[in-house]
Order: sequence, then structure tokens, then C-alpha cells
Amino acid sequence: MQRFASASRVFTLARRSYATPPSPSALVLIEHKDDKIVPASLNAITAARKLGGTVTGLVVGEEASTKAVVEGAQKLGLDALLHRTSPALAHALAEPLAPVLAALVKSGNYTHLAAAHSAQGKNIFPRVAGILGVQQISDVMAIESPDTFVRPIYAGNAIATVKSSDSIKIFTVRSASWDAAVSGEEQAAWVSEELTKSERPDLGSAQAVVSGGRGVKSKESFDSIIFPLADALGAAVGASRAAVDSGYADNSQQVGQTGKVVAPSLYVAVGISGALQHLAGMKDSKTIVAINKDPDAPIFQVADHGLVADLFEAVPELTKKVEEAKK
Amino acid sequence: MRASPPTWIKLLVPIKRTVDYSVKVRVGPKGVETAGVKHSLNPFCEIGELACEGSIGRGEEASSAAIGRTSSGATKAAVHPVEEAVRLREKLKERIESITVVTIGPPKAADVLRTALAMGADAAIHVEVKDGQDVQPLGVAQALKAIVEQEKPDLIILGKQAIDDDSSQVGGMLAGLLDWPQANFASKLEVEGDKIKVAREIDGGLETLMMALPAVVTTDLRLNEPRYASLPNIMKAKKKPLKKMKAEDLKVDLTPRLETLKVEAPPARQGGAKVSDQAIAKGFKTKYPTVRK
Repeated sequence: MQRFASASRVFTLARRSYATPPSPSALVLIEHKDDKIVPASLNAITAARKLGGTVTGLVVGEEASTKAVVEGAQKLGLDALLHRTSPALAHALAEPLAPVLAALVKSGNYTHLAAAHSAQGKNIFPRVAGILGVQQISDVMAIESPDTFVRPIYAGNAIATVKSSDSIKIFTVRSASWDAAVSGEEQAAWVSEELTKSERPDLGSAQAVVSGGRGVKSKESFDSIIFPLADALGAAVGASRAAVDSGYADNSQQVGQTGKVVAPSLYVAVGISGALQHLAGMKDSKTIVAINKDPDAPIFQVADHGLVADLFEAVPELTKKVEEAKK
Repeated sequence: MRASPPTWIKLLVPIKRTVDYSVKVRVGPKGVETAGVKHSLNPFCEIGELACEGSIGRGEEASSAAIGRTSSGATKAAVHPVEEAVRLREKLKERIESITVVTIGPPKAADVLRTALAMGADAAIHVEVKDGQDVQPLGVAQALKAIVEQEKPDLIILGKQAIDDDSSQVGGMLAGLLDWPQANFASKLEVEGDKIKVAREIDGGLETLMMALPAVVTTDLRLNEPRYASLPNIMKAKKKPLKKMKAEDLKVDLTPRLETLKVEAPPARQGGAKVSDQAIAKGFKTKYPTVRK
């Protein structure tokens, strides 16, 4: 117990204890794959910084696979970095990881626990929330205050602002709504690596995305039409659910309510009609280009530039023109 | 949990009644308008038998008319988890002891239970709440935990997310509360002895897990194609047991922890002009120099 020297001091302390909630102290789970930080985690760090308090990073996994990740995370300017290794934490399974997270949050007196709204975040965090008895907040697009969050509902057709009454706030972050936290040094290293390997960029964080739909008709034409345009633009390749279900593209390429949510500078929708569930995954893109032979396709209602044409003619031609424009 | 490995498996399939996936929702002064709007079983729910996610994407390209108005197209009654439970019985026969579906929702949510019963579930439990009461994932998970303690299932199959609140939390929360293993976003489920083998969709592709029962599985869209309930089965479903309960019976507190301050329509996007491909190529060159290598 404290004793107070004067009445004014009592007043000050009392006012502070009422008016100022404990300063936010956020723990961010840094997801990694193939010895690299998953870009979506960098967006989660940006979101955690918005809370205005300290941000602590957490890297978990096997000893060998986390070394490079820890080195990368050290360059992010975090207030602290926790690192826990164990063979049991190798594949980021929710069962061993969730109790570790719950215990860390409690013992470290963290007010917030954040991660990307990725398959991993969506798998692990509800389990942590269950253990702690906390109502999680999923897919956060904006933070208004340490207890007030903005998130999409009904496939992004409504935006809800919610206020949490839990003492610990557990939330996952919509990558497309936040910039990535990167140090200049790391960004440079990252880009050169991508370039030398000439890999296609990651769908979730790409500057440009070219997506194909049912209109592409076959896996062969998907490979021969969508991929060259994506390569010409340095874009990631996405797909509609119809394209995935028909086997034209891989599950992990699906853009939409039940797939990935992307917000690149440029989104090119090829042979995609634009159903609600697809729009949910791409309508925050800065510029949307649609190529479809059906002039009434709903995609044209959101497209900044629409081309009514047969994609089998228009896309190769466009690819050629983009290649020429680059020269 | 049973002391010895189960020779039969009792299935529990939580399902949810949501606004139909094909409906373009409208945001009114008090949030999303749900009165008088077509509702159905959450699509992800049909997959598991009643879990909820299958029909969501089905309309993605097929229903080009879905934008801007309510589609009048027939919707399957929400059902991937339900479908999966029924398929397990078809495959494993008598090893499936029973399939019980459960929902937590207003009186009208009984409709989705009947749909699930018509698809092949044996019994239903309806935890009734008042119309318009906001029950959040933590409350649902706690109520389900209480039901699990009564019903003692070996396997719980539910949808990966509800298409209204898009939280994607209940399965994981329930697994955490029960301390059972979990497999979220399952695209393949096989029973091998007293274990289950689950392929789950992750960001880079698929991963396969083997886990002991009892366990919690959430279904992804690609787990199965939900069936339609036939008329004879719909008639039979009316005779199957449907137990009504209240949250108080389960001794759970459904008070929301998240207060919704406001719900707004997202910023509207204007369609641009339909242009020639030359203009697009020119636009790339001038407007998006950064996207080019």
C-alpha cells in the first residue's frame, strides 16, 4: 500500500488511475516460413504500433529454422523480441503453441496479442482466446483506440466498429489494410533476392495481381494466358473459386471471402464475373482492371478500367503491349 | 472423453442460420438489415454435415446477377459439416453411433436444424436465444463446451467461418476450451482406427495432420459437395427429436464482450469506363511504373 504526502498528490494519482488505462503493451506473433518472416506479420506489427504503446515481437519454432528469422526481426525496431525454440513448436501447430502464447501474455502483462489474419493466425489465435476466455477480434482493418477496432462483416459489405471489454485484446490483422513494417536495409535485401530468383511475388503482399476465373476455361489456357501477363507485370497470380474448383489454379491462389484478401495497386480480373464472394477479396485494390466478354458482368461495376473482349485475344495482345512498353 | 479408444464415434455438428450467401446485404441505421431477408444454413455448415461453408463460393462466378439485388436462386440449406458427417456414416456404417446437430440462435434457427436432419442427422439441439440477441463466438464456444459435456461426442465438425460475422473463431475456441486437438480448414478427412487423418488448407498449400479422438475439425469449401435433402427425407426429419434448451440450462453467460459501436456501408466504388486495351497498356506505362520489373 502507498501512503500519500499531500492531498494534491492523492488527487493526481487517483485521477491517473481512472483516466489513464495501463499503457498498451502488445505482443505480436511473427509468422515465418522457409527461414523468412511472412510479410503479413510485418503488417501486424504496423497495426500493433498504432496502439501507441510498446510492441514486442515473438518468434517461436525449431532452433535451426528460427535463427535467420530472429536476425530479420531484430532489424524491425521492435521494443523487445522474445524467442522460444523447441522441437515441439516446429510446425506451428495450435496445440503446443496456444498454451505457450496464453502463458506469455499473462506472465508478461501484455494488454494486446496480435498476429496476421493468415491461415496460421486464424488457426492459433481462437484457441488462445478460448484458453484465456477472451472474445477475439478477427481481421482488423483499423484501430481507433486501444479497445476500439474496425473490421469487415458480411464479406466486406458492412464495416463494424467494435469496442472490447476484455482486459486482454486478442486480434488478427487484415494485411491489405496496413503497410508493412520494414527497415530500409531489409527491404533492399528482400527485393534483390526476389529478383535474382525471379520468383513471382507473394499473393498477399504483391503490388500487382492478375487473376483468372472460369472464363479461362482450362488449366492449359490459365498457364499460357494468365501467367505471361502476370510475369510481364511482375504480378502475383490469383484465381476465383470457380477456377480453383475446376483445377485451373491451386487452392492457395483463391482470392475472395474464403480465400485470400488482397489490396494491390493493380488488380487485373480476367474472365471473372465478379460475384460478391470474389469482390470481398479484392475490392480494396487501388485500381481494378476487368477483361470479360460479358458487358453485364458485375465486375464492371467496381472496375476502374473495363475491357469487353474475348480474353483469349485481348490478354495475349495486352501482354505483348506491356512487354513492349517496358522496353 | 472416453477412457478407451472409441469403437463407435459420436458426432456433434454445430450449425448456424445466417443471411443467405447470395443476398447483397444493406446497411441500415441499426446495422445490417436482417429482417425480411432470406436466411439459410451457413454454407460452411453444410460441408461438415451442418458445419457451414460449402455454398458460399458456389455462386462466385455462376451468379453474375448477385450484385445489387437479391438472387432468387435456390440455395442449398447450408451444409458442408453436415454433409461430411453423413458421408462418414456412409463410409463407416455402424461405427458412427449418432450424428447430433446443434445450433444457438433465435426461434427461427430451428429451420436449419430441420434441414440438417433432412440431410441425415439423427437428433438436434436448439439453444434458443431471443430474436436479435448478439451471441459472439466465445459465447457460442462456451455453450458448445457445455453441450459437449452432456453429449460426450468423439468428433465435432463445424464450418470454418460464418458468412455473416466472418470471425472464423468458434472451432479453435472450442478446441482450446476442451483442450482437444484441432484441425481447421479441412479439405480431406479420414478415420483411421481411433485416429483421424486431416488434410488442411494452409497459405502455401496443404498440410496433413494425424490426431487422436476426441477432436475438433472445421471444414473448408473443398471438403465436399453438400447434397440436397429429398422430399421423403424432409418429411422424415419432422419426426426426428429436436431438443430445446436455454443458455441458462447450460449455465453459460452469452453476454457479448465486444460492443458494436457502429456498422457502416463500405465506401462505394465507382465502375470506370470500358476502354481499349491500348489505353490500358498506356495506363500501365504512365500510372504504374512501380509494378513493372
